[in-house]
Amino acid sequence: MALWKPDQTFYPSPRMAMHAPPEKHAFVVAFNPTPANGKHDALTVIDLDPKSRTYGTIVGRTEMPGVGDELHHFGWNACSAALCPYAPHPHIERRYFIVPGLRSSRVHIIDVKPDPRAPKIVRVIEPEELAERSGYSRPHTIHCGPDAIYMSALGAPNGDGPGGIALLDHESFDVLGRWEVDRGPQFLAYDFWWHLGHDVAITSEWGTPNMIENGVAPDLLLNNRYGHSIHVWDLRRRRHLQSIDLGPENQMALELRPAHDPTRTYGFVGVVISTKDLSASVWLWHRGDNGWSVRKVIEIPAEPADESLLPPALKPFKAVPPIITDINLSLDDRMLYISCWGTGDMLQYDVSDPFHPRLTGSVRIGGIVARAPHPKAGGPVNGAPQMLELSRDGRRVYVSNSLYSAWDAQFYPDGIKGWVAKLDANPNGGLTLDPDFFVTYEGERPHQIHLEGGDASSDSYCYP
Amino acid sequence: MTSVWPWFAVAMLGAYHGIDPSMGWLFAVALGLQERSRAKVVESLLPIALGHLISIGLVVAMIAWAAGFAAAAPWLRPGGAAILILFGIFRFVRPRAHPRWVAMQVTMPELTLWSFLMASAHGAGLMLFPILIDMPMPAGTAHHHMIASGISHPSLMQGIAVVCVHTGAMLLVMGIVAILVYEWVGLAILRSAWVNLETIWAGALVAAGLLAFAI
Repeated sequence: MALWKPDQTFYPSPRMAMHAPPEKHAFVVAFNPTPANGKHDALTVIDLDPKSRTYGTIVGRTEMPGVGDELHHFGWNACSAALCPYAPHPHIERRYFIVPGLRSSRVHIIDVKPDPRAPKIVRVIEPEELAERSGYSRPHTIHCGPDAIYMSALGAPNGDGPGGIALLDHESFDVLGRWEVDRGPQFLAYDFWWHLGHDVAITSEWGTPNMIENGVAPDLLLNNRYGHSIHVWDLRRRRHLQSIDLGPENQMALELRPAHDPTRTYGFVGVVISTKDLSASVWLWHRGDNGWSVRKVIEIPAEPADESLLPPALKPFKAVPPIITDINLSLDDRMLYISCWGTGDMLQYDVSDPFHPRLTGSVRIGGIVARAPHPKAGGPVNGAPQMLELSRDGRRVYVSNSLYSAWDAQFYPDGIKGWVAKLDANPNGGLTLDPDFFVTYEGERPHQIHLEGGDASSDSYCYP
Repeated sequence: MTSVWPWFAVAMLGAYHGIDPSMGWLFAVALGLQERSRAKVVESLLPIALGHLISIGLVVAMIAWAAGFAAAAPWLRPGGAAILILFGIFRFVRPRAHPRWVAMQVTMPELTLWSFLMASAHGAGLMLFPILIDMPMPAGTAHHHMIASGISHPSLMQGIAVVCVHTGAMLLVMGIVAILVYEWVGLAILRSAWVNLETIWAGALVAAGLLAFAI
């Protein structure tokens, strides 16, 4: 149904979106790490209204029809990009989640509008349909674009590459096809986002499905075979423009966070691990006179650790790698949040000067060795801050603790007990743990979190 | 041109398209904001108006041609009315059908073509049909069969005048809105004031079609 006025969760600019009212619900996908038991993955809903009696608890749960989907990332059907001037459709509703199964390649369309606490599956796109129309499989990131829904995928149906981006119609959700017209040398895929004001898309690299689905492969990692480049594209003409290599030792260039301000031409990408010294890093990409280039702006070293406390895969190194798995940028492009899933740190950096980030806050929860406690858990917790989501006003950070089933087991062999925690952020610097907010999951692991009405990773804007 | 009302209607339709953000002023403001330049806003308005003019001009030429060629034909009026109604229904059913072409980095010729496509997809010129066919003719150009069928045959000059009045009104309103929003009002106004003009327009197309039938 078309609305009479623009969907009130759409904002022309990221600065205006910072004045949006606080979120009342969080949507969190949770997957069952042992599909053999027949239990389904689910989209869960956490009550975030502090005035509610059920605040900080799971108040909704919708199970997927299949088993073993491994729900991972997901996104909205429509967002502030609907206000973009060249293809405006502001009277569409932000209403449906596109929820892919990273392992099953089934894509679920879920309606959360009539009752956000009772999400309803309205359509399932089968993997065969996705494969036939786009040639892709293992769908991952979703972004609502000005003209369509964009969905990245890790590879081809046979588990090899190339991975890329498929387009979905933003009304019917039909798979329209492969996005790329000319992919150049790009083969590995993972995340993507864009600079809408400059018609530029950026994509990152993890590995093909065959390289990741049985766990991180030590021989691939030590031979620097996982992704270590980002790619720059002409968003409008769908052509590859430039590959930028971060250096082969910088394994797994994952989450991409371009500046929200569409006039800016820089962004941040997190690197999971360096095979040189187990450090993790954040790189800045930016446009200069001679095209796009990158530079390392944050490096987080590995922490020496007692061998007996390390999982088998890490024992030889006698150190805990930080493992940067997610980063997120506040809507004013001022604060960058980084989760270190190895050491358990959630870090806050002031990136007002993107070339010189300044550490302004940190909180530790869990961690491979630290097992830092959460007050409400009453003791040490396992897993660590992984997927992180930031409220539009930049004041609340929500984190979940699992990475990817096959990889969880290698770093946390005792099995991850799922939780979602909340941190309070000072938009001028400073990060504290909310001691009263700790949501636990029984037998399943929470992954990406999205906030009702939008958050710092859900919307794209065409106006500064 | 004995009556001023048809001309007023032509100008008001132009003003309506000038106010509609999806017809162009918003794009001009966006391009200005991207380069932080008011000159860019103004500069972008002209190609947008030109594209609109071409779209309207083509439709007016087609109506004039059909009226000249087949003014006596009994199907012209109901045929045109039916097109209006059907197009209106189409806009109801697919309110967001629009070209998915260009992005933020556009050349001026591309902006002209974009505006042409947007106006055409919107059916901007169609609404002129009921006005044109009932527009009083300049003296001496009427033929007896046209009078018999009750349809006038707009002259070339009249057609050009209609297109210019329409586009002139559009450009004027579009320019005022664009500068007001860019300089003072700000884009937050979109959230409250951008009512669903697509639905209004679809309804207006159907109403105009019905009216053309009735008269």
